[in-house]
Amino acid sequence: MTAPLLEVQDLVVHYPGGGLFRRGAPVCAVNGVSFSVARGETLALVGESGSGKSSLARTILRLQAKQGGTVRFGGTDLFALRGRALRAERRRLQIVFQDPASSLNPRMRIGDAVAEGLAIHALAPRAEWPARVAALLGEVGLDPALAARWPHELSGGQKQRVAIARALAVEPALVVLDEAVSALDVSVQAQVLTLLTTLQQRRGLAYLFIAHDLAVVAQVAHRVAVLYAGRVVEEGPVGSILTAPRHPYTQALLAAVPAPDPSAPPPRLLLQGDPPDPSALPPGCPLWPRCPHPARDAHCQAERPALRPVGPTHAACHHAGPAA
Amino acid sequence: MTALLEVRDLRIAFPAPGGDRHPVDGVSLTVAPGELLALVGESGSGKTLTGLALLRLVPPPGRIEPGSSIRLDRTDVLALADEPLRQLRGRKAAMVFQDPLASLNPVLTVGEQVSETVRAHFPVTARAARQRAEALLAEVGLPDPARRYAAYPHQLSGGMRQRVMLAIALAAEPALLIADEPTSALDVTVQAQVLALLDRLRAAHGMAVLLITHDLGIVASRADRVAVMQAGRIVETAPTAALFRAPAHPYTQSLLAAIPRLPRAAGGAT
Ligand SMILES: Nc1ncnc2c1ncn2[C@@H]1O[C@H](COP(=O)(O)OP(=O)(O)OP(=O)(O)O)[C@@H](O)[C@H]1O
Ligand SMILES: Nc1ncnc2c1ncn2[C@@H]1O[C@H](COP(=O)(O)OP(=O)(O)OP(=O)(O)O)[C@@H](O)[C@H]1O
Ligand code: SF4
Ligand SMILES: [Mg+2]
Ligand SMILES: [Mg+2]
Repeated sequence: MTAPLLEVQDLVVHYPGGGLFRRGAPVCAVNGVSFSVARGETLALVGESGSGKSSLARTILRLQAKQGGTVRFGGTDLFALRGRALRAERRRLQIVFQDPASSLNPRMRIGDAVAEGLAIHALAPRAEWPARVAALLGEVGLDPALAARWPHELSGGQKQRVAIARALAVEPALVVLDEAVSALDVSVQAQVLTLLTTLQQRRGLAYLFIAHDLAVVAQVAHRVAVLYAGRVVEEGPVGSILTAPRHPYTQALLAAVPAPDPSAPPPRLLLQGDPPDPSALPPGCPLWPRCPHPARDAHCQAERPALRPVGPTHAACHHAGPAA
Repeated sequence: MTALLEVRDLRIAFPAPGGDRHPVDGVSLTVAPGELLALVGESGSGKTLTGLALLRLVPPPGRIEPGSSIRLDRTDVLALADEPLRQLRGRKAAMVFQDPLASLNPVLTVGEQVSETVRAHFPVTARAARQRAEALLAEVGLPDPARRYAAYPHQLSGGMRQRVMLAIALAAEPALLIADEPTSALDVTVQAQVLALLDRLRAAHGMAVLLITHDLGIVASRADRVAVMQAGRIVETAPTAALFRAPAHPYTQSLLAAIPRLPRAAGGAT
């Protein structure tokens, strides 16, 4: 196998405590995360709200500092790049932010926002921009006439699709999509997901797909990494993770998915209580205080489980087994 | 039961070259006390503008056309002067906005923003308002609320900001909650917690909810009735079970057909 396109190793992201946290202890948002994404592959990143997904995404793009670990893209250390080399990699690595509204410049018309990347990276002659922009808007299901509008004149889902079109415009190699289809109705969502898959097949595009909607993950991902309190607690092929998860957190997540059927039994809530304080992470398993696993014991509280192979996935749980 | 909210023939116009556009073009709906009405539909079909219109928050140059009618708890919303309109916002109806980052004040801590809303609607001391704000942040499932009280919006994750927005809307104890995609940034376990809170408030205080959402799993499990919107109009309204069993309008049918589904579990985690 060739080297992965994106390789993240032992990544650590902390925020200074400041006035926000007692004793000024730092917020440990990402605590030693490793994964890789191959060319033409989609890795989904799922996990509890606040588990560090967006922090991880922004850091991979070098939009904020890291406290440890490495990010290699196409074999080169992204954090070592400067100047022109960095600009070139920036084009190949795009992100769609979780808050699309705040990522669009309010003083730039939609058409100009989508064309901006073409201009910066000199990807097409100026005369071709309007046609390219119109084609891109059409591909994400938007009326090309929206090119003349301002961001505040669009609906939430329309802004989200503009952000996707903008990222795809510069023909990247990898796109980080942070909750990028969460504001779309299911039929427009299906159209956008089909577009992403088509581009992947045609150009070998890779995606880091951050999402809460596990049914969407089932459609687009090849592999899934599950984040809890800034650590990967389970990682594996999408089919195994979604149908036979081994980690208690992943199991709780799947049990809580409401079925799109009014006669289905209500989803089960296996997790009570709060995630751990990110400025005072416990020494043992981070799930320990709320873990629903029947075998949960003192060993879990004392010693942090490492990721280890369990069947077809890797899980960080002392008691993960085939019949969990 | 008489309706808490009754909207008749709501039309919203935006000036455009070559004549006005009407992104909301004749919407009628009702919500009873304690009821949860889900408003679903195409992206760009006018759901958010409909929600904003109920509080007369349609952004200029947009305007609500004559002939539209909005009655909330027997008040004619479109006829209200500024002062009674201010009182209506919050107490009678409050909104969770679709874009939390753009709607929160970046220079105030999230706790201050919740307690400000408490004080704007109830005659309480600063200390009592703070306690109430912390309690609200805990109720919406923000972990460690006493500490996160002092956080600024940018220091919170997307889903945390969404829960803060909900706490602000609930602070005035509204009779009607208009919630525009209030859980789109929440994982399913936190989402279930938030929806259970809304269920409790509906049961205990008869709070009504207009829930704008794309998540048909939430609709199926929580809504009493569903209104389906397309291109500025409501094309179908039905009780939830009936709508899922026998969708009448072709758009509703295509929507239900497009629902992504989880693969069935192969034993183990059932
Ligand atoms: N600028 C910041 N300063 C301090 N703390 C921060 C900052 N940004 C994020 N955090 C904290 O880091 C943790 C992880 O946040 P992050 O936004 O990465 O979570 P997430 O997994 O994307 O959550 P969500 O699913 O809700 O979007 C949270 O506890 C959050 O409060
Ligand atoms: N301020 C504005 N000026 C002009 N047009 C607007 C404005 N706000 C919204 N629109 C347009 O009105 C239509 C309805 O917008 P609205 O935000 O109500 O849609 P929505 O149903 O909430 O969509 P989504 O699910 O994507 O959030 C859209 O076509 C949008 O482009
Ligand atoms: S290690 Fe123990 S506490 Fe942690 S997830 Fe496994 S069983 Fe639960
Ligand atoms: Mg996030
Ligand atoms: Mg909207």
